[in-house]
Amino acid sequence: MSEITQEQVAHLANLARIALTPHEIESLTNELGSIVDNVAKVSEVATADVPATSHPIPLQNVYRDDVPGTTLTTEQALAGAPDHDGSRFRVTAILGEEQ
Amino acid sequence: MARHDHELVRLSAAALAEKLTSGEISAVEATDAHLDRIAAVDEEVHAFLHTAPELSRRTAAAIDERRRAGEALHPLAGVPIAIKDVIVTNDMPTTSGSKILEGWVPPYDATVMTKLRAAGLVPIGKTNMDEFAMGSTTEHSAYGPTHNPWDLERIPGGSGGGSAAAVASFEAPLALGSDTGGSIRQPAHVTGTVGVKPTYGGVSRYGAIALASSLDQIGPVSRTVLDSALLHDVIGGHDPRDSTSLTDGWPSMAEAVRRADVKGLKIGVVKELDGDGFQAGVLERFREALDLLAANGAEIVDVSLPSLEYAIAAYYLIMPAEASSNLAKFDSVRFGLRVNPPGGGTVEDVMAATREVGFGAEAKRRIILGTYALSAGYYDAYYGSAQKVRTLVQRDFAAAFAGVDVLASPTAPTTAFKLGSNEGDPMAMYLNDIATIPANLAGIPGISLPVGLAREDGLPVGIQFLAPAREDVRLYGVGGALERMLEDKWGHTLISLAPDLAPGEMAAAQEGAV
Repeated sequence: MSEITQEQVAHLANLARIALTPHEIESLTNELGSIVDNVAKVSEVATADVPATSHPIPLQNVYRDDVPGTTLTTEQALAGAPDHDGSRFRVTAILGEEQ
Repeated sequence: MARHDHELVRLSAAALAEKLTSGEISAVEATDAHLDRIAAVDEEVHAFLHTAPELSRRTAAAIDERRRAGEALHPLAGVPIAIKDVIVTNDMPTTSGSKILEGWVPPYDATVMTKLRAAGLVPIGKTNMDEFAMGSTTEHSAYGPTHNPWDLERIPGGSGGGSAAAVASFEAPLALGSDTGGSIRQPAHVTGTVGVKPTYGGVSRYGAIALASSLDQIGPVSRTVLDSALLHDVIGGHDPRDSTSLTDGWPSMAEAVRRADVKGLKIGVVKELDGDGFQAGVLERFREALDLLAANGAEIVDVSLPSLEYAIAAYYLIMPAEASSNLAKFDSVRFGLRVNPPGGGTVEDVMAATREVGFGAEAKRRIILGTYALSAGYYDAYYGSAQKVRTLVQRDFAAAFAGVDVLASPTAPTTAFKLGSNEGDPMAMYLNDIATIPANLAGIPGISLPVGLAREDGLPVGIQFLAPAREDVRLYGVGGALERMLEDKWGHTLISLAPDLAPGEMAAAQEGAV
């Protein structure tokens, strides 16, 4: 079995910004353990002489001319926002009290 | 069967297009017929998350107006099309099957939508899918599952089960899908329809809500090989808005279907996908199809893809890793849901509360798995190794294609299973993707088309063909030829055997025509 613990899943959830419930952390710990046991076998054949592939059909230097293109208007960009002030997205406090 | 031949909704896109071009029917009539069909059967099938009848009728009326004015239109102008909800549309909500995007109307169109609209196709709705395309059954949709038109208690496949069920139940002749590990091909397999995953970069991904950017590909969904080819010709080609879009000039896929011939074609049968773990009735129909191809001049040889046993493992590291990164954009700030935790909190607290409520269980599972695979200390062992396996899979395909023109396998190990039967065992579900995932890892194109019904359960079986990158045209050649041979042998299409979902409506339509 893999070494995944509930503390580890809670830490990953924090990194991923998902406020998991204790019940979710428990079930995800079990599921993740089983999945990781199954996928860990990639290291059996991934020897040092095999190069990594990040992209199935690699392209190089995909640039366009450095001129303004078509962009969204401010109204369009804000249209789906949960909250805005007419020109900017509005969010709650960036810093907590202890910061 | 023959008793339904007069119904507009049963026509292929190509046949419908001919009637539209000749003026025998109008685009408004074609659209109304499909909207009526959706109204009659979609309560049971649940292929659609959203329709906009008035909008679709207006689009169709504008096509009719242009045709009346003598304008030379694209052959598919006026043909209705269903759109998988992963593709952004500036006039219909786009949710990707998630609560976190409920009600969101994007401020722009995906490139494939721009191309469809330019060709005059009529979007008639957005189709259901597993949340963010994470799944093989549509059971992970936040809006409830789609039902397989062949047996409403069974899965329609996924993630694009909505698009496949829409064409299988005659709610649309065409649909768009997206395929990250089989989400176009496996739904085609279980619904007796056709689906194509193009070469990576062959169709623009601009405006497709990303699951795994190095694996995702938009492609056509239909009831016939020719219809997929016609749609492929509309949506394919270079797009400067997608930096992974290939600049190649592409031959006509529709022409490849029309001149389809398998004489002298070398077909490699993937021996790792022709035995253990595959349902007997699936293998039986698959081998019959190979016999038919051989009888018509194709040469069938065995090939091996030795790295295949590692492909699923690599996929279930790369895909969640990319997904965890892509889904970071759902942060409660720019679009979608915002949930304020009790007592308020910082923007990070709001993000965490929003993502807890807005994402379903499978999305959370994959985000956490991907975050783990990318963590310092684990990166080399998991994500790094998975990328090396990707190289090995590509080498396997390169070696195989040195000796054959296309590869063949069943599209998936089993026919459609019952909704709810694989709940609680994610790994068992992931293993069902064994035949389709390798193509995404390698970026090569694949097609699934129906080859019959399994003896033991009477449910559709699909064959998958794979071709080297950029050789999509070979899939349409072999697919079009096999479809013709099978239909000549049967004397009808496979989809004509699907049960009537709304017998009352069918009978009424029949009386009207008599």
